[in-house]
Parts: sequence; C-alpha cells; structure tokens
Amino acid sequence: MQLIQQIAFIILAGISIYLFAKKIGEIRRNIKLGRDEDLNDNPGQRWKNMILLALGQQKMFKKPLPAFLHLAVYAGFIIINIEILEILLDGILGQHRLFAGPLGGMYALLIGFFEILAVLVLVSCVIFLARRNITKVRRLNLKELNGWPRNDANIILITEIILMSLFLTMNTADLVLQGRNAEHYTVTSQFWISGNFTSLFENLSNGTLIAIERTGWWLHIIGVLIFMNYLPYSKHFHIILAFPNAYYMRLKPQGEMKNMKEIQNEVLYMMQPELAPAAPTDGSQPAQQRFGAKDVMDLSWKNLLDAYSCTECGRCTAACPANLTGKALSPRKIMMDTRDRLEEVGENINKNKTFHDDGKSLVHDYITVEELRACTTCQACVEACPVGIEPLDIIQQLRRYLVMEESNSPQEWNLMFGNVENNMAPWKFSPDERDKWAEELNAQA
Amino acid sequence: MAEYVAGGESPEVLFWVGCAGSFDQRAQRITKAFAQILDKVGVKFAILGKEEMCTGDPARRAGNEFLFQMMAYNNIQTLNSYSVKKIVTACPHCFNIIKNEYPALGGTYEVIHHTTFLQQLINDGRVKLKGGGEFKGKKITYHDSCYLGRGNGIYEAPREVLQALDVELVEMKRCRTNGLCCGAGGAQMFKEEEPGNTRVNFDRSTEALETGATIIAANCPFCTTMLTDGVKNKEKEDSVAVLDIAEMVARSLAD
Repeated sequence: MQLIQQIAFIILAGISIYLFAKKIGEIRRNIKLGRDEDLNDNPGQRWKNMILLALGQQKMFKKPLPAFLHLAVYAGFIIINIEILEILLDGILGQHRLFAGPLGGMYALLIGFFEILAVLVLVSCVIFLARRNITKVRRLNLKELNGWPRNDANIILITEIILMSLFLTMNTADLVLQGRNAEHYTVTSQFWISGNFTSLFENLSNGTLIAIERTGWWLHIIGVLIFMNYLPYSKHFHIILAFPNAYYMRLKPQGEMKNMKEIQNEVLYMMQPELAPAAPTDGSQPAQQRFGAKDVMDLSWKNLLDAYSCTECGRCTAACPANLTGKALSPRKIMMDTRDRLEEVGENINKNKTFHDDGKSLVHDYITVEELRACTTCQACVEACPVGIEPLDIIQQLRRYLVMEESNSPQEWNLMFGNVENNMAPWKFSPDERDKWAEELNAQA
Repeated sequence: MAEYVAGGESPEVLFWVGCAGSFDQRAQRITKAFAQILDKVGVKFAILGKEEMCTGDPARRAGNEFLFQMMAYNNIQTLNSYSVKKIVTACPHCFNIIKNEYPALGGTYEVIHHTTFLQQLINDGRVKLKGGGEFKGKKITYHDSCYLGRGNGIYEAPREVLQALDVELVEMKRCRTNGLCCGAGGAQMFKEEEPGNTRVNFDRSTEALETGATIIAANCPFCTTMLTDGVKNKEKEDSVAVLDIAEMVARSLAD
C-alpha cells in the first residue's frame, strides 16, 4: 500500500512538472516573438524595483484594505510552500512528517504558524470573493471581465479556500491519530489552529480518521499540482511574472515616448542627403519593419511580458480618465487582448511550426480604433499598475500603425497635421504672428 | 534670440513660448504674465520668435512620428545654431518633449518648467512678493498636469509657489500621482472626444469645484482651457477663476 502511494505520487508529480515546464517554454517562446528592446541597464535600480514592487508590493498600499488582504494571501502562499517541500519529500520517501524529528519542538510551532497563515488566506479569499460577487467593486465588475476572466478569478479564490481547508482538516485528523498513538503518525505537540478542533473527530474510528487524513493529504497535494499547471493559463500567473516584470519596468520618466530610430534616420537623410548610407550594390532591399504595431509580433518583448504579468486587477482602468467618462477604452482590456491574441498566435505556431497568417491582428480584431483614439496619454494606467505594466506603450504603438500605415486618423487630426506641417502650429495661424504677443507687450510698456 | 546673437550677447535663458502660448488668446495672457515677471526681476531672456515651431508633440502622441521627427529636426537645428543651453517653458508638453525626447535626436539642453523656475526665483529672493497680496488666505486648489506630474514627477515646486503666495491650498481627492487628466492630452485637444457619458474636463472641473476653492491653479495652457470650459459648464465662471501660476505670481509682485 505504502509503495503504491509512493509510486503514484512520483508519477503524478513528474507529469505535473513536465506539463508545467512545457507550457512555460511556450510562453517564453511567445514573449520572444516580440521585437528586441534592451532593458539591461542600471541593474541596481532594477533589483530595487523588483524588491519594492514585487516582493514588497509597495504600490498595492495605495489601497490599504485590499493591500493587507493581498499581503496575507501572498505571504501565506509563499510561506506555506515550505510545508509543500515536506509534503513532497514525504510523498517521495513514503515518510510522514519528515521534518518533525529533526526540528523537535520547533516543528509544532512552525506548523502552528502555517496554520495561522492558512486561516488568514482563507478569510482573505472569502472577503475577496465577496468583493467580486456581492459588494461588486466597480473595477472588478466591468464588462471586459464577463465570461472566462470572472470565472478565472473565482476559481482561483475557491481553489485557495479548498486547499487551506484540506490542510487544516488533514492536520486535525492527524492530531487525533497522534493522540491515539496510531502507527506511522509521528507524535508532535498540538498545532495552534487544528488543535482546537480535535473534538470534532473524537468519535471517529482510526480507519475513518486515516482515510480523512490521507484524503486530505492527497487532495491537498493534487490540488497544489493542478494549481501549478493552471497558473500559466490564468491571470494568476502574476505571482511568478510580477518579479521579472518589475525588474524590467521603465526607468525613464513616464512622460517619455519611445523614439523611432528608423523614422529619425529617414527624416535626417531627407534633410541631409549627404548622410544617407549608399544603397547596397547587390540591389538587395533591407528588410522593412512595419511602422508602429499592428499585431503582437510588432510589439516589444516587454509589452508581451506585461500581458502575461497582468492579473486583471483593473487599477489602471479605475484611474483611466477615458474609462471613467464612459469611453470604450479600458487599459486592462488592452493587456487582456494582447495576451489573448498572443496565445492565439502561440497556438497557431504549435499547430503549424511557424506562424501561418490567420487574417487577424491585434488592432481591429481585438482592439478597436475607437478605444485607441480615446487615450489622453495621461499615464495614470502606468502609474497605477502595481507590477510595472505599461498599457500606454502598447496604445501608442498601435496608434502609430493606424496613422502611418493605414492613414487612419480622424479628420480633425488630419487638419492638425496639416497645420503643424504648413503653419508650424497645430492651429491655422500665420507663423508671422507667433511673436505678436511680444509686440503687444512692448507697446503696453 | 537672433538679436542677442547679433549683439554678441547670450541670454540667461531661452523662453520657449509654445504654440498655445503664442497663438491662443487665453494662453497669451499666461505668456505675457511670465514675460513680465522675467522683465521685472531682470532675468535676461530671449525668445525664438518666428523661428520657433511646434515641438511635434500633438503629432507624435497622435501617432504621426514622421511629422514629429521633421518638427524636432528643424527645432533642434535652430536651437543648436544659437548654442542654446537653458530653456524655460510655460507648457508641460513642450517641457516634456524637449527635456526627454529631443536628446535622442541630438538636442540636449537644461529644460525647466516655468513653475520650477518661479519657485527658484522666489527662493533666491529675485522674485519679491507683496505681503498680503490678493491671493492671501484664499481657498485655492491646484490641478497637476499629467506631463509635469506623472510624466516628470514634479509635484512640489508649483505648490511651493502657491504657499509663497500665502494661499489656503485645498487638495482635490485625486491629486499628485493620482491626479485626473483634464482631457486635452494625447492630441485630444485637437479633436472631439470619443463617445462617452461625460467629458473628462467636466469630471475634473466638478471635482475642483467640490473643494470650494475660488481659484483653480494650473500649470499648462491646455489644462487652463479645459478647466475654464468645465467651470463654465457648471455656470461658475463668475465665482471661480482658472489661473496659471505665472498669472498669480505676476499679480502679486512687490512694487
């Protein structure tokens, strides 16, 4: 019996880890479909950002209540994973509570501490469920969350509640068995939380208790392995990607837009033709890159990492002036669309080895022109993101594509472009009147 | 600027006026107020005059990189030909683009926004304010423009100038990093808003009026226009004024 459990466990864990690694490989490949962008400068500042934002959750604390609950779940998740290490080793070696011996009296304290965290996680997840489904916080109930995204959020919360309940049930049954000196059940001191519930199980037979304890143990570890494999398909993947994303986040001022070197050069060669490089003598044309971004492959790898790092919390959308005044734009939807399209492209590559044109693109098929035109470039979305995601950078690249490749801009913008080009100002004034105010001022004096 | 160069002199600073400050009637008053302050305290400044062109900001934000690059090329040629070192501007969009985006194109200057410049002049004792000026004790709220605030992290300098005017500063709920846009940025100024249930400037002006302030202080000609329209929409233009910080300082200069 013991040996069968060991073998079953090793096979299960092996398959889980294999599938997880495979999916991670695909996501890595998808992110690398993006254009190059060198973000390796200033490692000191980057490590600092990672520690403050990802580990320290600095930006979460702009909203103290959700920040505290989130911290509880996060700390619980990370720290209880130490217990997973013991569970894994127990499973492989066919032992029970392997660490109880070496740790001695410390062991019960440690498990007790985990139990307190488990209760905090459980309570926080219940409150989070209520915020999503009963009190209906605005940013958690916008229409882009309809369907899978809302289910995803609820699945995550319910899974965590179940995992924590299993952990506590398992420990309670274990304590009762210890009290009866059941074979194989290492005796420890009482655990802080489950120690209070042993009376619930006192009337059960040893066989039933062992069944409960074993079921709790198996479901807990199976749940953890399933959850691990669920992560890369879910918004919950942020628990991993928040770290690299915060590391590679923008260090330049938020107001600064990325330069397009290829257009800079084109203008330079137009103005100063003597600087233009000689045309290649073999008659070959250099590969033309698309101006701006039409699809996910035209974005930078950091934009794509952003998309996978987004947990759809909606802090960006809650701060967006366009969204707050009823426009179609939602920065969160920009990130969700980018990820959905990238996943679609990834599936396409899985099937065809290389990407086969499917007649679709990020702009138009996922993100509409109306959404893109509503942006005021105010950077509130960038500022709001707890993990350094930049919806604005994607919006601006899609706008560049619309204007430069499709000549798709509203009539008023075309007029403005014409004025800038001909009158050197966005309005139709004569350039000669540019310093008229100064003449008036001199006349006054 | 050409006159300074012809006279073999160099000014302390180049005042980059910007298109709004040059042509828009409301913004011209801000330009004049700032120029008057500089004159009064004896800051030797120049303007490019007819040689100044749009920085290309609205074109770039709308997505027209070609047009931006052409404007930037011409402006940088002009600025470099006069060996300009230091630029002050009353427009946060010009400020942001010259400070952050021109260096990659070969135009590197020390760029200061006029509110920071005013704060420095006050701190250095060059701008002297009358005690008990017209804004003393008045309830005033301050609107952070996106490109000065979030864009470049300048939140305190404008507020310090307001403190120097002895005003009672009341903050809006969304201020500093959380400040709400006026609705003009990203070239929205030059087109109708997309369909929605209200205008961004109406939302922001309502928030400003809710503070009970009688003056809404701004640092950007576009914000000034948007907020003025918002105040008019609420029919409060007789009791609440939208003023640029330079206008407030100009009115408070000691004789």
